Amino acid sequence: MTLELQSLSLSLGGRRLFAPLSFTVRDGEIVTVMGASGSGKSSLLDFLCGMLDRNFTTEGRVLLDGADLAPLPPERRRVGILFQDDLLFPHLSVGENLAFGLPPDLRNRSARRAEVARALVDAGLEGFESRDPATLSGGQRARVALLRTLLAQPRALLLDEPFAKLDVGLRDRIRSFVFTHARAKGLPTLLVTHDPDDARAAAGPVVALASLSDGSLANGGEPGSS
Amino acid sequence: MPLRPLIALRLRPFPASPLALVPLLTLLLFLVPIAAGLIGTWLPAFGFLPNLGGTRFTLEPWARLLNDPALPGALTATLVSGFGSTLLAFALTVGFAAAAQGTWAYRQATRLLAPLLAVPHAAIAIGIAFLLAPSGFLLRLLSPWATGFDLPPDVATIQDRYGLALALALATKETPFLLLMLLGALGQVQSPQRLATARSLGYGPVTAWLKTVLPAVYPQLRLPIYAVLAFSLSVIDMALILGPTAPPTLAVLVFRWFNDPDLALRFVGAAGATLQLLVVVAGIALWRLGELLVARLGRRWTAGGARGGSGRTARTTWSGSLFAVLTLGLAGLLVMALWSFAGRWRWPAAWPDSLSAATWSRQLEPAMETGWTTLLLGLAAAGLALLLVLGCLEQEQRSGRRPTRALWLLYLPLLVPQVAFLFGAQVLTVSVGLNGSFTALVWSHLLFVLPYVFLALAEPWRRLDARYLRSARCLGATPFTVFWRVKLPMLLRPVLFATAVGFAVSVAQYLPTLFAGAGRYATLTTEAVALSAGADRRIVGVYAFLQALLPLAAFAAAVGLPAWRYRRRRALQ
Repeated sequence: MTLELQSLSLSLGGRRLFAPLSFTVRDGEIVTVMGASGSGKSSLLDFLCGMLDRNFTTEGRVLLDGADLAPLPPERRRVGILFQDDLLFPHLSVGENLAFGLPPDLRNRSARRAEVARALVDAGLEGFESRDPATLSGGQRARVALLRTLLAQPRALLLDEPFAKLDVGLRDRIRSFVFTHARAKGLPTLLVTHDPDDARAAAGPVVALASLSDGSLANGGEPGSS
Repeated sequence: MPLRPLIALRLRPFPASPLALVPLLTLLLFLVPIAAGLIGTWLPAFGFLPNLGGTRFTLEPWARLLNDPALPGALTATLVSGFGSTLLAFALTVGFAAAAQGTWAYRQATRLLAPLLAVPHAAIAIGIAFLLAPSGFLLRLLSPWATGFDLPPDVATIQDRYGLALALALATKETPFLLLMLLGALGQVQSPQRLATARSLGYGPVTAWLKTVLPAVYPQLRLPIYAVLAFSLSVIDMALILGPTAPPTLAVLVFRWFNDPDLALRFVGAAGATLQLLVVVAGIALWRLGELLVARLGRRWTAGGARGGSGRTARTTWSGSLFAVLTLGLAGLLVMALWSFAGRWRWPAAWPDSLSAATWSRQLEPAMETGWTTLLLGLAAAGLALLLVLGCLEQEQRSGRRPTRALWLLYLPLLVPQVAFLFGAQVLTVSVGLNGSFTALVWSHLLFVLPYVFLALAEPWRRLDARYLRSARCLGATPFTVFWRVKLPMLLRPVLFATAVGFAVSVAQYLPTLFAGAGRYATLTTEAVALSAGADRRIVGVYAFLQALLPLAAFAAAVGLPAWRYRRRRALQ
């Protein structure tokens, strides 16, 4: 599975956010996109998962496993995303949150329950099915959020500064939890951050995204090394 | 052109979705009857109504209207009660918010708002009549030891010539509405920061509020105030209970003409209904002029630098006044309930000789039948309104546009006096064979229910963190799944609250029920108002109590159900 950006650029109100981006993210590889706020990092991820505001215009293409993503609605892209906040649905239990991610073609109830239980064991939260997400610690919530995303069987993973709000001590552990899982599943992963530690931990190529509003040029070519 | 944003005719993003048609359908559902109703009233006002023999245009209805000896008195009572109540409600709202912000009284008052908001106008009016009438509870408490009255005095403490009792009752009902609107608006203008800035510059708390918060918050209060003014200038059910009788207010006078056995008076009624619309339009224009004047003077006052005092006197005065009005409303409801259980209760005894359930057991069966109609009608109107509003909001979110200016259109049924278009709307329902049907009844209620449901639900719906929706879509959920399994459950509380608001509005409708139902349907409200004209207070008490009970039960359910459903979800408590 590879995620390939071909001369991709986004514009808002006639203003281009960054110079055209071209790079490839291979199986289990983590590419870090860095840039100041307003440089279009989050918009880039919104575009990749199909949720970009209609006021933006786009140029270039994104291929996942060789197929163009653009014609697909978000729910059929199978591109998982994690945000700064875990966004666990507050009206569902931990187990129901995980089951929300499971594909509908897995119909058998006990099989669904077993998948959820397996994911909870994986997160070190065995037996937490009926817990209220609001009663979990920040680290526990972050792990549930990742596993919910993975249960949807994504073909690529997008990370929108998912560690920014975690305590420093916790950050390292969650980071390695996420990266280990992404690599183990062989997911091409795109990490957006402004924290150099994230980039170092990802140990993959880094793309610097500079805002074009001040006239400077983005490093919109091949990713440099970290 | 304010029509464009809500209609959302540009179907580009979701060309195949029937959802895109919901805003248009919603607008048509309530603009068509209003427009048809206004035209159907204006034509007979100028003599044209072929069904009743009016085949040529003439100014005769206007001549008869303007020469009617009751008109000057009716106009006076209308203006005094309409402006008096709106000014009082506005002063109490602003005075209290400015003077009592952050106090214990402020927090308590916000708790008392909900029951008074839920209770229909007619029930409030009946309760206040039971309190203030010459033979009412207040004079019973004071007689004969303080007043010397051995018999109820021959003084018009209610149904007074200028509609003062009516104004007081209207203010009692409208102050909680304005306060609630103000509380909602305060959250959007960073009022704590504004106050802190002004206080740090040496301004007293009340002056700081009036100079820095009021100008920011007033634009959002403007539409509700206009709605209150329009309603107060044209109210019928409360005026029938508390307003003057000879002559009555303009709206009641018109209402009588429309119901007169002499069909020729329909033409005069239509002219009167058109005059009623002019009175409301002129009233709103006058208020607007007042706003401009006050804003001009206010700017000078603000720039003058006066810091104001500690606000202690203002705090006591405004808190006291507000609680007096809220207590009046709630005490009226209690006295109403007491009357329904009263056995013998002679004047001037302050308490009945005995309490009994006799009236209830006699009245329960007929009241249940009426109650059932009221319940079905309320559920149908509120349910339908909820579906349409959800459709509009969902379409708005999916198409990514925000109809701000269209809000004026939503307020239209609240700004146009009911009596000014319901007669014409009835002509429309007669011509399409719907008059007196349950469909026409639900439709007529929907006109007034839908705006309130929209106002109650729009903000919470738009405020829901869009990242939840994005997250769900990226987990493979379709837009419908997101709506059904994420948005609705997360917004269960405001959805049920908005439905309860809609239900309460439907229960309170008087004139639409009479006109669209063509006298075939009785609701608790129409019965309570009819009975209040002279029936035994015990029976009036039963009906008015039930009328108040239904919306209160709906609000209790709207608060209780989500609390029970999410008792194990801390983030949704």
